[in-house]
Amino acid sequence: MTIDMSQFYEVFFDEAEELLAEAERLLLGINIANPDNEELNAIFRAAHSIKGGAATFGFMDMTEITHVLENLLDKIRKNEMALTAEHVDAFLAAKDVLKMELDGHRLATEVDQEQVADVKMMLKQLSEAGAVATPVATDSTVSVSATPPPVEFSAVAEIAQNEIPDGTSCFNIVMPDITEKDVENLQEELGLLGLVALSKQSDGHFVITLTTDSSQADIVSICSFIVDPDDLVITLKTDASPVKAPQVAEIKPVVAETVESKADTGTKVLVQEEVGYGLFEEEGKEKQEEGYGFFAPFQPHPDAVKANLIGDDTALTLANSGTTSAQLAASTAKVEATPVSTASQDADRRNAGRRESDKVPASAEASSIRVGVEKVDQLINLVGELVITQAMIEQRISMLDPVHNEALINSVGQLTRNTRDLQESVMSIRMMPMDFVFSRFPRMVRDLAAKLNKKVDFVTVGAATELDKGLIERIVDPLTHLVRNSVDHGIEIPENRRKAGKSDSGTLTLSAAHKGGSIVIEVTDDGAGLNRDKILAKAQSNGLPVSENMTDSEVFSLIFAPGFSTAEVVTDVSGRGVGMDVVKRNITAMGGSVDIRSALGFGTTISISLPLTLAILDGMSVSLGQSVYVIPLNLIVETLQPRAEDIKTVTGEGRMVHVRGEYLPIIALHSLFNHATDITDPTQGVLVLLESDGKKSALFVDRLVGQQQVVIKSLETNFKRIPGVSGATIMGDGSVALILDVAALIQMGQSTNYITGAASFSNQNNQHMQSNA
Amino acid sequence: MAKTILAVDDSGSLRQMVAFSLKAAGYDVVQAVDGQDGLNKAKEKTVDLVLTDQNMPIMDGLTLIKNLRELGSYQKVPILMLTTESSDEMKAKGKAAGANGWLVKPFDPKRLIEVVQKVIGS
Repeated sequence: MTIDMSQFYEVFFDEAEELLAEAERLLLGINIANPDNEELNAIFRAAHSIKGGAATFGFMDMTEITHVLENLLDKIRKNEMALTAEHVDAFLAAKDVLKMELDGHRLATEVDQEQVADVKMMLKQLSEAGAVATPVATDSTVSVSATPPPVEFSAVAEIAQNEIPDGTSCFNIVMPDITEKDVENLQEELGLLGLVALSKQSDGHFVITLTTDSSQADIVSICSFIVDPDDLVITLKTDASPVKAPQVAEIKPVVAETVESKADTGTKVLVQEEVGYGLFEEEGKEKQEEGYGFFAPFQPHPDAVKANLIGDDTALTLANSGTTSAQLAASTAKVEATPVSTASQDADRRNAGRRESDKVPASAEASSIRVGVEKVDQLINLVGELVITQAMIEQRISMLDPVHNEALINSVGQLTRNTRDLQESVMSIRMMPMDFVFSRFPRMVRDLAAKLNKKVDFVTVGAATELDKGLIERIVDPLTHLVRNSVDHGIEIPENRRKAGKSDSGTLTLSAAHKGGSIVIEVTDDGAGLNRDKILAKAQSNGLPVSENMTDSEVFSLIFAPGFSTAEVVTDVSGRGVGMDVVKRNITAMGGSVDIRSALGFGTTISISLPLTLAILDGMSVSLGQSVYVIPLNLIVETLQPRAEDIKTVTGEGRMVHVRGEYLPIIALHSLFNHATDITDPTQGVLVLLESDGKKSALFVDRLVGQQQVVIKSLETNFKRIPGVSGATIMGDGSVALILDVAALIQMGQSTNYITGAASFSNQNNQHMQSNA
Repeated sequence: MAKTILAVDDSGSLRQMVAFSLKAAGYDVVQAVDGQDGLNKAKEKTVDLVLTDQNMPIMDGLTLIKNLRELGSYQKVPILMLTTESSDEMKAKGKAAGANGWLVKPFDPKRLIEVVQKVIGS
């Protein structure tokens, strides 16, 4: 049984990340002139919690920033300092740095120390600026005296001493044998807490004199990431120093032992072993009538309390938490009720036996549990298999005599329902609210608008809409791109907006909503809109096939063409297109589609439609010869059996079908896949009308088999990519069916005529099929 | 029978660390995410010791302690504050609210168990 602190790191990282995001959200929404107290408190708590966690788990860089941040926030929330826009900027910058440091610990990404130093400086300056206006009012009983400890002080140090303000304490910190460089670093770090002066002791040890309102614990925290706190000797410069043992014993009756501090410091200070906590009352004292009320020496003399820290070898600092937790690991199982000794060597002797309860994991979160994504995926996979098995049973059962097997059939019906419920529940585990994506944009829009001198109101709608975690992660980049484009090129500068009769600030709306089996995410701006004529002209000059008869939607889709977007055209015309082809490709790869609606002068809406999940698909199975294929149901417009007179052959276009005034190209699947079938006349088979990316086609198959949910299995893990096939699934009878890639089929159908010719392509395709079979 | 400790902290990582350490030392642990939650859980079952953070949303540690002391069943249950604020002012407030002691954050698990054993035995 080991208590390894690192097991809590992930929880801390997640928690800190959430707190940072929450703090950022609050900061972006805060009313600077009249900040809401609750919001300030919440931001303060976020900084405070991160500090506590970071300190406990030993992430000192984060502790430092949050410490300064917390102090500043505390002053603001106590109305000792007025909140300014500068503060908000600094807090946001601090948030970024903390996130960077967090990622540095978590993902071993690089941390820009310069940025860290900048932010620290900024916070420090703000803190000092405020301190001048409002002196720190700390209730303190520390009496500062000029009695110097046995240390030679430089002139600087003495000046510093003379300027000790009320409410602060002056500490002498004797450095162990460390390099001058380290001393300098430490001096700089401690400078964040207050006034620092450096001197050298007669024995060659450096001494930093710090005048601060921070506690000794803070000093130890800061020092501990450069030097071992055990080697550090900190003395409070007061009358009472060095601390006398009797005084200590009186204050903390639970502690008996005192030891002498390390001899090599040259400073003789008596210290206790017990540090960092106190009991207001000795346990078990007869004070029954008062319950657990307190008696006399409840308030330890501050000198004693602070001096307590000195030389404590199990110090409350985290630098050594690794070791202490390891020692604890060996010691916690069963502890005797003998008087406690803190000597760590004793720890090992204390673990006499182990308990059953040791085996119980202690991770019971109050309202939610965190599990690894791979566990959830495993679960989803297993449920997928279960669904298939269940479908197999169902199919077998349908062949049985319903009269003789009524009970069995009923039970299987029950199993079917249970399986479906289970599947739904399991799938919902992976669902996350869109807020995870949306929440990162307010900040981005704010910064971007400020940079471009634009005014943008950012609105989100439907942030609670849920989407599969995998998709959530992959939608971030395309959405970032679209939002940036909207601010950069869509929304005009205030001057132009006024000319166009609009309000100064543009509105950018990010919305998410469920529509049928998919989720629709829209980025809407009330900016300049797309200029159809200019896009057409640009497309023509780029050699793209265009005609005046194209619908607006088709014209706007041209901006997704690779290389369409050159800066000058994009900026002048409409402002879209930088990397839009990449956006489109990413979304298509996720099984989604993009659509643009725009009105010149009124704005643009880019609409992304995504499937709810990547793992399961609502499909229509169709048969072709002996094989079954699955078509994603959401891409099917309708199915029909054509009459002979509706089929026309157009020169160069192959066969077309006339459906309600529209001529759609017929793509014969058997010809496309070079698949043997008896049905080659569309009037004998079925036409499935498909729509993808605004293009329609009629897919000619033998017949419809049925509609069902299928679990998508990737082919690419074991085979190569096949044009026109997006994956495979296992059907109820255990056979494998290929899932058709509708977008690719339509494209293939357009580029070649598969009814009449293009044998070379279909043969080539056929070879793929055979090699993969 | 193992003694039960109520650990109240809004920070999940710290709460888990506290709970894990205490369980490893043989105690039963009830966890609560803020003062109000702590108060509710304390009412459900009278525990042998309460460890509470100070700075929490909804209800802070001092208020929780005051509320607990008003309950008949919590007159004599030891309560310790786990706090990053080790100022005398905070200690005075803690005492006034009815706390029996304090433990400065950050602390390591060993220290925690030591203090807990001192207060309620193993």
